Amino acid sequence: MDKFTTLVSRAIPLPIEDVDTDQIIPARFLKATKREGFGDNLFRDWRYNNDGSPKADFPLNDARFSGQILIGGKNFGSGSSREHAGWAIYDYGLRVVVSSFFADIFKGNCLNLGILPIQVSEEFLQTIFKAIEEDNETEFRVDLEAQEFEIVKTGEKVSFDIDPYKKNNLINGYDDIDYIRSISDKIEAYEKNATRFYV
Amino acid sequence: MTVKKTLFEKLWEAHVVDSVNEKTDIIYIDRHFIHEVTSPVAFLGIENRGVGVFRPNQTVATPDHNVPTKDQHLPIQEALSRNQVETLTANCEKHGVSLYGLGHPFHGVVHIVGPELGLTLPGTTIVCGDSHTSTHGAFGSIAFGIGTSQVESVFATQCLLLAKPKTMKIEVNGTLDKGVTAKDIILYIISKISSSGGTGYFVEYTGSAITSLSMEERMTICNMSIEMGARGGMIAPDQTTFDYINGREFAPKGEKWEEAVAHWKTLKSDEGASFDKELVFDASDIAPMVTYGTNPGMGVGVDSNVPTLDQIDADTKPTFQKSLNYMGFEQGEKLIGKQVNWVFLGSCTNGRIEDLRQFAGFVKGKKKADNVNALLVPGSKQVEKQAKAEGIDKILAEAGFELREPGCSSCLAMNEDKVPAGEYCVSTSNRNFEGRQGPGARTILASPLTAAAVAVSGKIVDVRDMLD
Repeated sequence: MDKFTTLVSRAIPLPIEDVDTDQIIPARFLKATKREGFGDNLFRDWRYNNDGSPKADFPLNDARFSGQILIGGKNFGSGSSREHAGWAIYDYGLRVVVSSFFADIFKGNCLNLGILPIQVSEEFLQTIFKAIEEDNETEFRVDLEAQEFEIVKTGEKVSFDIDPYKKNNLINGYDDIDYIRSISDKIEAYEKNATRFYV
Repeated sequence: MTVKKTLFEKLWEAHVVDSVNEKTDIIYIDRHFIHEVTSPVAFLGIENRGVGVFRPNQTVATPDHNVPTKDQHLPIQEALSRNQVETLTANCEKHGVSLYGLGHPFHGVVHIVGPELGLTLPGTTIVCGDSHTSTHGAFGSIAFGIGTSQVESVFATQCLLLAKPKTMKIEVNGTLDKGVTAKDIILYIISKISSSGGTGYFVEYTGSAITSLSMEERMTICNMSIEMGARGGMIAPDQTTFDYINGREFAPKGEKWEEAVAHWKTLKSDEGASFDKELVFDASDIAPMVTYGTNPGMGVGVDSNVPTLDQIDADTKPTFQKSLNYMGFEQGEKLIGKQVNWVFLGSCTNGRIEDLRQFAGFVKGKKKADNVNALLVPGSKQVEKQAKAEGIDKILAEAGFELREPGCSSCLAMNEDKVPAGEYCVSTSNRNFEGRQGPGARTILASPLTAAAVAVSGKIVDVRDMLD
């Protein structure tokens, strides 16, 4: 996993609530057996017409917006557990997703992929949308160590929560599996002692 | 005084291998189900690490998401789907994982196969790279969907590093009206608490309207826990649970069975245990449900109208309007009488034998409406076999329907079973997201009984008006 420490970037606004992972990457694009190229189909049916031409009014196609931060409406990433949604976001070049509320599985997947999900209040989310509306080029600063998200121009700053273990993983580029493998003696001890009727 | 605990807390604690910090534990996984879509990158992952599957005998595979539901004896036509299914086969052979492939008598939708084979047991932890793994919670297990990185973690270690969710109790008491089913209970609950009302929680369903349900009905309830955002949902095991499991292929046998049942009988929340959130509903308030929007929380009783904009929170208005635009509905509009050209019966929510029986029982002696295209898909080979043994296929054929072969089918339309753009489909599946049943398709979620009534009427109807 790539390390994440700090980022200063513009942001792409997607002020829609309940964005489900079927929209982030529709099921018909889940047929690969390798993790590559998913960014091309990120938000496929919102981003492209049936003939493959881009929909001009969709934020990813709007020349006014760019950056490595996606700002989504409340309840972002609901529905299917498909990690392909995170792969598509990452492959497109995004590193941070901000929302006022995330679905559990999506949030967990992001943290396992090196994408930082930042949950802010609904009020601050609206402040962010307004800041981008007023100045499309406005920049945001993300500092994972300090757990801070800032609107650079105004200096408005909020802190965000993250599990300390996951934070350490992101900063160092570690993943869960290396850590869990290092305690294999505890796993085997568990197996010996547990009540199990299926073995 | 001992601390009173919920069933979820007891099972979680019984599976902690190690704690990382006060919120996060390493949890042992008893059973891992895999399918063709979310496993290939995880297999690549362990190969890149140079490790194998740590406990292959606790892992079971079946291809379901993109398999065709006709001519399964022939090679899969669509190249990408065929490649994914073949990759699953090759990975299972290489890593010693049991596979129930196309044509195998145990093949089917992963969440239907697990319970019917007795692989799903009370008190266990069960995961799969699929959010509807919550289905297995009906047996009193901690069952939930995971991403592919976590599939890789379970392959490599049989463990997951997880933050412990909060607990929620949802109690449903009383008696259901005729024509109202388990599917209506869960669609009703989600419509009341929204598609994010359960996020951060693990749910336990209790109350007389829950404990009186069959195992298959309980699975329908737990299956859709994820549609309220909950990580999973569970129902404490009881005699109904034990009777269902007893004698199944991989269920404990003989003395081990007696020992298991004795243990399973202890699996319940302590009297007076406190949950982080508690909700109570009355079963008699529930009508046959349909959805009008593009998430499963956007549901109403079939005899109600689409909500009006002034009933919706200010921040949510644009999303609500976007949803109605997609569905082609007006605010405040009546749903009964809307023409529907497609009906889908199947999926891990409603693809079991009781669902087929209910649909067939209703359409027996009636005829499919001329305008309706119906996709009736059994959840597994065993369900298909049972349906044929009971003559359900013949009843369906006489009414103008055809029973297909098992798979996820039109629930997520990864195979050929797509609903055309702009068309309405009354579907017994679990999600009405935009494009879920095909690009531009408009999904209306409902019970198998309502689906049967729509299939013979060609329009949205209140099934209660058609029952004797």
